[in-house]
Amino acid sequence: MKLAIMTGVVALLLLALIFELLRRRQLREKYAVLWLVVGLVTLPLGFIPWSLDNVSSWLGVASGASLVLFLAVVFLLIVCIHLSWEASRLEDETRSLAEEVALIRAELREVNDRHGELEAEVEQVRAAQANGTANGHAVGIVTQRDGKAVVGDR
Amino acid sequence: MTADKRVLIIIPAWNEADSIADVISEVRGELPAYDVLVVNDGSTDATERVALACGARVVSLPYNLGVGGAMRLGYRYADENDYDVAIQLDADGQHDPRYVPKLIDGLNDAHLVLGARFAGEGDYRVRGPRWWAMTLLSRVMSRMAKTKLDDTTSGFRACDREIIRLFAQWYPVEYLGDTVETLVRVIRLGHPVGQVPVAMRPRAGGVPSNSPVKAAVYLGRALITLLLAVNRR
Repeated sequence: MKLAIMTGVVALLLLALIFELLRRRQLREKYAVLWLVVGLVTLPLGFIPWSLDNVSSWLGVASGASLVLFLAVVFLLIVCIHLSWEASRLEDETRSLAEEVALIRAELREVNDRHGELEAEVEQVRAAQANGTANGHAVGIVTQRDGKAVVGDR
Repeated sequence: MTADKRVLIIIPAWNEADSIADVISEVRGELPAYDVLVVNDGSTDATERVALACGARVVSLPYNLGVGGAMRLGYRYADENDYDVAIQLDADGQHDPRYVPKLIDGLNDAHLVLGARFAGEGDYRVRGPRWWAMTLLSRVMSRMAKTKLDDTTSGFRACDREIIRLFAQWYPVEYLGDTVETLVRVIRLGHPVGQVPVAMRPRAGGVPSNSPVKAAVYLGRALITLLLAVNRR
């Protein structure tokens, strides 16, 4: 009887933990369903550990507890494999993001350099314009096909 | 005939601030018409600054991904910027840029050309388990490619547009995956592969690994990589 109380309390605590994580939205839904099912299965098993004895003797396993233990180990192994699969996938995704960041930063540096050059050219043109109007010429900034600004007659 | 091609030289670098300047200036001196891209693989030293100061283009990964990760980024850059040819070259000065035109010439009859260290030129030698691994890899892959490949783990290679596109989307990060697995994939996709003999120079920085344990580990990993690569779709 003591055993039933202990395992039952553990199952309750487990279920409470899962519920709390779900309530705080700390678990994605796909995992939530999985863990809720686990909790709901362990709860009755915790309070009535001998409930599986019939099934286990039919399967040739000596006691229900051993059967539960065996299933638990298999289940945990599958969960571990799933998690390493998930980790590999996440690494792939972060790798793509890292590449993307690197490309964007390189492009940004190029754009900044180009911007600096253009600004310097505009400064030159402004200075020339100030001189030009003093000489009586109408001078403006002409943008050429290659994107460079030059000084010329409008 | 190589003059009308847009060529990108990709140099993956991880904390190579000491040697990268010499490598970049040598490449730019020998091959002024080609663009140089340094893929800074999350270096914590001045690699990025030094490379930029030497006039190379630089893309910097936010954290270290390994050679394979750096290379895929390099090929992505080549693909997005519309290069005809991409050359892969090490940052430690082992690869002599004077062989680059020969590699590019090799692309006339192949989509991927390897700079082979054991094919006659130079006196690069390897012994022990590492040598067995390399020989085994070469035999298996020569048979697959139906052409003689003496040095399948060479990191000095040239590839054309089709391979650039392939590598931009798919390039394994795992150790040896960057050389062995990519080669198996290219061969299995039916692309012709060729080789050009090159001489290797001693590294400018870093020490080559000579420990027998490391060599044995290398052999094991080479076998696993090969086994996986051959059984992949």
